[in-house]
Amino acid sequence: MKVRIRFTKLGSMRFIGHLDLMRYFQKVMRRAKVDIRYSEGFSPHQIMSFAAPLGLGVTSDAEYVDIDVLSTEDSVKMTERLNAVSNDEIRILSYRQIPDDSKSSMSLIAASDYIVAFREPALEILKQHFKAADEQTFWMAVTEKLAEFYAQEEILITKKTKKSEKEADIRPLIYQMQFRESAQSHFGDVVFEPCVFLRTSTGSEDNLKPELVMQAFFQYLGLTMPEFALQIHRMELYGKDPNEEGKFLRLEDFGWELN
Amino acid sequence: MRKLALADEILLTIEKPARYIGNEINSVKKNPSDVDIRFAMCFPDVYEIGMSHLGIQILYDMFNRREDTYCERVYSPWPDLDKIMREKQIPLFALESQEPIKDFDFLGITIQYEMCYTNILQILELSQIPLSASERTWEHPIVIGGGPCTYNPEPLAEFFDLFYIGEGETSYKELLDLYKEARKNGTSREAFLEMASHVSGIYVPSLYDVTYDENGFITSFVPNKEGVPATVRKEIEMNVSDTFYPEKPVVPYIRATQDRVVLEIQRGCIRGCRFCQAGMIYRPVRERDVDYLKDLAYKMLENTGHEEISLSSLSSSDYSKLEELVYFLIDNFQEKKVNISLPSLRIDAFAIDVMKKVQDIKKSSLTFAPEAGSQRLRDVINKGLTEETILNGAKLAFDAGWNRVKLYFMLGLPTETVEDMEGIPELAEKIARVYYEIPKDQRNGKAQITISTSFFVPKPFTPLQWATMCTKEEYLTRARVVNTKMKEMLNKKSMKYNWHEADLTVLEGVLARGDRRVAKVILEAYKSGCLFDSWSDFFDNDKWMDAFERTGIDPDFYTLRPRDLDEILPWDFIDVGVTKAFLKREWQRAMEAKVTPNCRMACSGCGAKVFEGGVCYES
Repeated sequence: MKVRIRFTKLGSMRFIGHLDLMRYFQKVMRRAKVDIRYSEGFSPHQIMSFAAPLGLGVTSDAEYVDIDVLSTEDSVKMTERLNAVSNDEIRILSYRQIPDDSKSSMSLIAASDYIVAFREPALEILKQHFKAADEQTFWMAVTEKLAEFYAQEEILITKKTKKSEKEADIRPLIYQMQFRESAQSHFGDVVFEPCVFLRTSTGSEDNLKPELVMQAFFQYLGLTMPEFALQIHRMELYGKDPNEEGKFLRLEDFGWELN
Repeated sequence: MRKLALADEILLTIEKPARYIGNEINSVKKNPSDVDIRFAMCFPDVYEIGMSHLGIQILYDMFNRREDTYCERVYSPWPDLDKIMREKQIPLFALESQEPIKDFDFLGITIQYEMCYTNILQILELSQIPLSASERTWEHPIVIGGGPCTYNPEPLAEFFDLFYIGEGETSYKELLDLYKEARKNGTSREAFLEMASHVSGIYVPSLYDVTYDENGFITSFVPNKEGVPATVRKEIEMNVSDTFYPEKPVVPYIRATQDRVVLEIQRGCIRGCRFCQAGMIYRPVRERDVDYLKDLAYKMLENTGHEEISLSSLSSSDYSKLEELVYFLIDNFQEKKVNISLPSLRIDAFAIDVMKKVQDIKKSSLTFAPEAGSQRLRDVINKGLTEETILNGAKLAFDAGWNRVKLYFMLGLPTETVEDMEGIPELAEKIARVYYEIPKDQRNGKAQITISTSFFVPKPFTPLQWATMCTKEEYLTRARVVNTKMKEMLNKKSMKYNWHEADLTVLEGVLARGDRRVAKVILEAYKSGCLFDSWSDFFDNDKWMDAFERTGIDPDFYTLRPRDLDEILPWDFIDVGVTKAFLKREWQRAMEAKVTPNCRMACSGCGAKVFEGGVCYES
């Protein structure tokens, strides 16, 4: 039976790399005594696959891991059992069955929602740029420019690969972009204010990182984005809705609660 | 949200930021303002090494069981962070609360090997604690050292307020109670230290004076205050089946060197190898009850989620209930996909049976530690392993399908001759021949025999503590003798030879048997940039040699000089139970290449009987 687990990666857990997160979950499964399926062979490993690795320093409300179980209790009980052996920054939000023939979450992914807040080094440059009299006028100016930036028909950036540099238009990969006065993570203890909401294309083909969008925004203003400019938080991960062309479905909504 | 001591800008620039964020599973959370005593427990090496150490986990658990105490952990910042912390004047912090160590009541440092001494100074300096104990006030934590190197604490005496000599389970309660009382009563730091000197196992270096004669020999080592005990008896936990053991060890996020449950099955060793410090200082052997261990194994695996359990002891094969314990682990945990790892196992029929069940024959190897190449020299060091035993063990393993063998030896042992050195590749050759006697169609390709030699470093409280070391050049000459001989062997293509760094050995020798004067060299080396000396990438012998030069300390005095049996040794004030008279007897027997029976065969009257338990009282 296939199960999809949604979890958070908050606070200090933003410094745990993807490989270590995988090891962490292997131990969580053992501590919670999940009846997970193991591979065959002399050194068996748990059947487990993660959706979209998060960059170091990024927090998230929408991380996913798919596992294969031989038996299970209901969703509420399993969520409780997993949370009892996980830390307070990696919280299990849902535990749902998905179809046996379901594609892996990694191959399903089509889009992500992000909250992007400006950290001190970025604020400094932006404030210098806008020379606003007070906070309110400053943020109004940022909002206006963001809207202008997003209204463009084409946003060209130079993509550097190992072999060449080429221009690419990232505008079609940005599905939503708007200024928000504040945003809150599902667990409430992380509040971003003010911030930018972004929905971008995600996945193995057209992956657009929020950093790249913000870099283009700085460029649009004639500025260079400094290092450590952003605090990024992933809010949702989506796959393409199989029933409705052009719509997205949250990854957990591909599954159903076990009762 | 948990606050972190380091800003994102720093954490995202350095290697493995997870070393510094804490919040691991089973780490203890308390409100610092709810406790009377804050204890920072330090392993002065990088996080992955320090987190693998059982002793710290035992003490961490023990301290945190006290309601009035909050014990947190701290490890050596890696050089990348070290640099940033110095530039930005960031005080070293504990992982749990992320608060500065300098505000703690105690900084406890476990001292497991000599090559971490400069890291201790790094810990103190980054914590903004004066390096010299004499400059500290109540504004600073009490700095206390423990672990095997404190059986000769003298090279570090200047840097520590206290040393705890022996096993940690027993005396900390009294020490912490005393501290709490002293602080409540407004006792001075000096008065507290003096009171602490009366706690069993506690050594307060500032309360002892050492005098030397014109040749640099110690003439006296005496307390400088009335009532301070002249000797310090090591602490020992005699009730090892009803004591502190962490049922919920902390589980790191990043892969630690020991990424597994560690089950210490016994303390001490019956064997009496004459070079081995652990074999002497942890006497007498005390076995843990097998049911206690089964229960612990179960709980620890459940509470950590580790996928491997390793039995720990100096010589697992001597644990009387080993078969029962191992088959219990296999029967109960193998189907839960838990790996079982069994180091220090003597290769016999039982070992082969177990190894077949728990290891992948294609990937694993068997290990022998003959330590010396000839029977004569093995008798000198009292290593009761004979060539016959090794060849029989190898035959068993080869028949079962193994083809990889690791052999460990020491070079530079007292009385070593060219024949002893050449005996090393000759033994490897005999093992290879055992392998090639198996018909070709029944064996598993080529034999792979790896020979490793380290250079012998005499350690305090061993029968070989009086031994003379060799020069760096001489060590390398001996390694060449082995290498040359190996190339003459018929099956040389099945062999590989590795040897240890010689300059590191010489330095380790100075620090192991050094006295208080050696502190100057450690400080000077540290100030000139020595750090992480146990990491070959960082070890800089030239800097150390310059430090000896500048401080006018002659390393040869500590390594090359023959020691008289009646000379006052820097560590003579410590009483480990095993008597100096026994060590002298053993030294004489070593010189005569006479073997001494192990503790189960016959009591040799080493002195450990004074602790009234363990193997000494087995019927």
